[in-house]
Amino acid sequence: MSLLEIKNLHVKVDNNEILKGINLTVNPGEVHSIMGPNGSGKSTLAQVLARRESYVVTDGQVLFDGKDLLEMKAEDAACEGVFLAFQYPVEIPGISNAYFLRSALNSVRKYHGKDEMDAMDFLPMFREKLKLLDMDEKMMNRSVNEGFSGGEKKRNEILQLAILEPKLAVLDETDSGLDIDALKIVAKGVNAMRSPDRSFVVVTHYQRLLNYIVPDFVHVLMNGRIVRSGGKELALELEETGYTEMEAGQREVTPA
Amino acid sequence: MKESTSVITAIPQLETYLDAFGDFQNTAPGRDLGWLRKLRDDAFARFCEVGFPTTHDEDWRFTNVSAIAKTPFRLAATTNEVCKNDFDAWALPGAACRLVFVDGRFVRELSSTASKKGVTVASLADELNSNPSSLEPHLGRYLNIERDAFAALNTAFAADGAFIHIRKGVVLEQPIHLLFVSTASDAPTMTHPRNLIVAEEQAQLAVVEDYVSLGSAVAFCNTATELLAAESAVVSHYMLEREDTQAFNISTLRIQQGRSANVATHSVLLGGGLVRNNVHPVLAGEGAECLINGLFIGNGRQHLDNYMLVEHASPHCDSRQFYNGILDGQSHGVFHGRIIVHKDAQKTDAKQTNRNLLLSDDAQIDTKPQLEIYADDVKCTHGATIGQIDETALFYLRSRGIDECSARKLLLLAFANECLDRMKEDGVRSHLQKLINRHLFGMANSIAPTEPSGDKGRNWEEVG
Repeated sequence: MSLLEIKNLHVKVDNNEILKGINLTVNPGEVHSIMGPNGSGKSTLAQVLARRESYVVTDGQVLFDGKDLLEMKAEDAACEGVFLAFQYPVEIPGISNAYFLRSALNSVRKYHGKDEMDAMDFLPMFREKLKLLDMDEKMMNRSVNEGFSGGEKKRNEILQLAILEPKLAVLDETDSGLDIDALKIVAKGVNAMRSPDRSFVVVTHYQRLLNYIVPDFVHVLMNGRIVRSGGKELALELEETGYTEMEAGQREVTPA
Repeated sequence: MKESTSVITAIPQLETYLDAFGDFQNTAPGRDLGWLRKLRDDAFARFCEVGFPTTHDEDWRFTNVSAIAKTPFRLAATTNEVCKNDFDAWALPGAACRLVFVDGRFVRELSSTASKKGVTVASLADELNSNPSSLEPHLGRYLNIERDAFAALNTAFAADGAFIHIRKGVVLEQPIHLLFVSTASDAPTMTHPRNLIVAEEQAQLAVVEDYVSLGSAVAFCNTATELLAAESAVVSHYMLEREDTQAFNISTLRIQQGRSANVATHSVLLGGGLVRNNVHPVLAGEGAECLINGLFIGNGRQHLDNYMLVEHASPHCDSRQFYNGILDGQSHGVFHGRIIVHKDAQKTDAKQTNRNLLLSDDAQIDTKPQLEIYADDVKCTHGATIGQIDETALFYLRSRGIDECSARKLLLLAFANECLDRMKEDGVRSHLQKLINRHLFGMANSIAPTEPSGDKGRNWEEVG
């Protein structure tokens, strides 16, 4: 059974139709990349999958692990195993990273009928994941994302991914604003999380990230529709031709 | 502005106060001390002259005290029994000692005193009877009865409270806990606790004033504290208001700071129906530093007023005001932050920040900065924000599996933590954190979810 099945998804934001019939199937263990120009609807798709309520689904269906994802609240989707790495991680002054992550992990554990983890059990695990992302232990006690650099914020997202161990991770422009070293660290963290039963949807504007997180499939999103799908070579093609050319060619070719 | 008396500020219950004061002067501790008798007489005369303030008075614009003015309050006649169990629930873990006052009177059986050399912790009434000369140089010296009718009223009826004196260079690491209990009775009662805290040169201590109710009744607690921090003394002062919602609580903390003295005040207002917390530091010595930190959490019909008057009287002094308010239901919060920089107070660095979260449409906040600067080389900044729970932050937490109610609570707690993080006494902070946590839990459960449109536009509104 596929892990994620998106059928004819239409989404409105502020009464503007942003997604106009998305179809996408993601099987366990697969890495899909969604590429597209700014404003094509990439982030909207990511936010809908994480169940942001201000995005109104007007048509279509999304099945996650056979369950209707669109019926779920954000917290339920998260507990079922959907994770969104935010394009702009939110700063929460006054709550430490460690407290936040333990609360999140325990919410997920509780949802699955498991015992909550106390601080003693949590800390060693937390430390190990910090190491994976080359993060300083001080990050545990700092307020969530407060005063973090762009690179630290993105790493912190992947840290959460590593701790929550979702079935599906959606990375929303995780590469934006990162220098090459930070990009490599983030990619290393993501690659360490790849497994036969964990899938990724990597949303990006640039091909560069895909040198480090190599996708199985690449989809091009334009004006709210997936206009082309292919293997990882499609990303390279895009890098050469650019979105504008593809958009021009798009008028003549009907997508498969 | 010149203070003026006005017929509007009358005292509807003047007879009650006259009777009470007549009896009081004949029975109160220290009644035979000439200086004290005069202090009380003058204060009572001043109170009769000005009466209770009205909302025409700029300092009371947002707070109507007519309910206090109209009620015939009497001094508590006898002390109700408070059993040990009630008391244990209010205990502050790790306190050096505790003084318990029930309806304004010291109760020795429930109290413990500090045994450290150089530290005196006693009830004011006892000190008036046994050693009044230690009080005379300070009592009534700093609190301005001309400015404020409540300060005058408190001074007129000053009889008991805490007297804390800490000698030069002595460091008391554990906090002193002052617990003021008002008990239920048939008639409305008033109490006027009066505290005096004297920290000599380089001394260090922390004091927690804690106001609680036993049972639910109309009670009026009008408390005043004079705090003297001599040169290089380091003092932390906590005011915790958690009385019943029928209670009226007016408090004034008057701080006098010597050269390089460092004072931190923390006001945490959770309970009470009508609450006014005045904090009035005077940075009199060069290089003094003052932190005025506060958190007020209102619900139901609570009215929580925070009034600050920060006086910079010497050069190179720093003051920092940080107040966070969380208001739900029909509660009304007030932040009035006045800073006066006197003409000799060059190189003053004064900062004021007030942030507010309104959780319901009926909750209200009035925030008012007031800067009066008579020196020319100073740095003064102020800012205030009013907003709702940040919808984006809420979604962020929920997207990690935290349910909506817990996420709201976590964000409220985060907002409260900004204030808690400024408290350097670990024991007191964690005690307050527990209390606030419990308090917010009830509130988070009652908050209606916001509409999805909530995350559009600005979450914060800049005012002032």
